[in-house]
Amino acid sequence: MRDPFMTSITDLPRPAFPFITIDDRGRPDLVAQRCTACGSTYADSQRVACARCGAREAALETFTPAHEGTLHSAVIVRRGFPGVEVPFVSAVVDLDGGPTLKGTLRGTRGFEPEDVATGQRVRVCFDDALGRKDKEGNSYVAHYFEPVSA
Amino acid sequence: MSQDIYIVGIHMIDFGRYPHRTPAQLGAQAALEALDEADVTIHDIQAVFSGSNYTTMIGQRILQQIGQTGVQIINLVNACSTGASAVRMAYTAIKAGEFDTVLCVGVEQMTGLGMLGGAAPGAIPTEGILGSATMPAVFGESGIEYAARTGATQADFAQVAVKNHHNATMNPKAFLRKETPLDMVLGAETIAWPLTKLMCSVNVDGAAAAVIMSEEKVKQRGLMDRAIRIRGSAMASAPWQERDPIMHDVNGPTRLAAEKAYAMAGLEPRDIDLVELHDCFASVELQHYENLGLCGEGEGVRLIRDGSTEIGGAIPVNVSGGLLSKGHPIAATGIANMYEIAQHLRGHAGERQVDGAKIGMTHVVGLGTSAAVHIFEKA
Ligand SMILES: [Zn+2]
Repeated sequence: MRDPFMTSITDLPRPAFPFITIDDRGRPDLVAQRCTACGSTYADSQRVACARCGAREAALETFTPAHEGTLHSAVIVRRGFPGVEVPFVSAVVDLDGGPTLKGTLRGTRGFEPEDVATGQRVRVCFDDALGRKDKEGNSYVAHYFEPVSA
Repeated sequence: MSQDIYIVGIHMIDFGRYPHRTPAQLGAQAALEALDEADVTIHDIQAVFSGSNYTTMIGQRILQQIGQTGVQIINLVNACSTGASAVRMAYTAIKAGEFDTVLCVGVEQMTGLGMLGGAAPGAIPTEGILGSATMPAVFGESGIEYAARTGATQADFAQVAVKNHHNATMNPKAFLRKETPLDMVLGAETIAWPLTKLMCSVNVDGAAAAVIMSEEKVKQRGLMDRAIRIRGSAMASAPWQERDPIMHDVNGPTRLAAEKAYAMAGLEPRDIDLVELHDCFASVELQHYENLGLCGEGEGVRLIRDGSTEIGGAIPVNVSGGLLSKGHPIAATGIANMYEIAQHLRGHAGERQVDGAKIGMTHVVGLGTSAAVHIFEKA
């Protein structure tokens, strides 16, 4: 039987995407890469080179992006794949200082066009990945966007 | 002076549902019609460039149906630009002097595939967490970006579907042939706002084929009467852009390919008489008006509002009914767009004929991203 007071690192939720890190106390955060040669930013942690200028891996630095940004574009998804609950808002967000991130915008007043107006300020939060688990039963942490005004 | 390259035979099968036929049979049907129109046999074909996104080795499967001559076959997978890529490769291969008679075929059997898109398989399904990777959502997001920049409304997008569906009522090869008034388009089921079901192209089965020939061979065989000169042939991938590929950029590659095709043809947008462009979703047609230089920046909305792109307008677009009406069998679409242009340049388009059409343009763009633009002229 497992000791309830011992938490091994493998018991922690896992990051759903390569731009999420989870520290050894289970706290999630964003991670991104920036090209020191041209300034381009990427929602990734393991790039091989810069897609803009071609600078190699050594020129790429890791940084923690801002948790706020601007909604660049969004649509209201009303027909999804089987097993995916609708409606939900699919969003493209420009984080302050980069990079651009895609994700699900939740916590809007409703699901009308005015609720997904572009240009509005949103923040990043972290939550369980809708209860979805992998084959070994591991759970995952994902990022979500929420309106700042909410 | 390097010689011109021509289409001398081109065909698309009626797009639709063929559950009891194989992709090879569909491709073979299109190929045989194209060979017949070019007045050649499979034994005259020196190379095959073929494409399918869902069937491997499609060229070999087709030649197993119509003639295994042992020629070079190269199969392409290049998303929605696959068919146009085959023609582009035939063009460059003939230009290089390796061949003088080449067959291009694009085939797709898609009945039952359902909504396309979806994230790459990972540890857990990400649809609904990472937004949506469905094509309607991806193109909807691109449309909303365009709307924020230009003031386009959902009704402007819907008007594209009204126009293209109307055009298809005159095209017996189209899958969807019925008038869809604005209120019907707007009132249809919303798939991903701002796109309703009638603003999305349909998955269908289809095939299209073309025989491409060198100028010397066209003259030798006496085929100038049916020959369509390829004035411009250009492709591009997505140039670096800060949001790509988190948000796929269909504009940049289309602009690059169009610039190259105009330069190659020595023509300007005002020289084009009609355009078949990649209206996989209604909203993106307005984006491509601007990407292809048919109007100035931000003027795409005006073109749909004032009827410029209708039959009889200044620059008719998607007179065939477009992908929205014909259906969109991915790899077949590029050559099918060229088929439509060929009909107009030859004066064979019947009820939907663009009067006096001399120069036509085709465009496709596949996510990932690959755009192809061709410019044609009747020989
Ligand atoms: Zn760089």
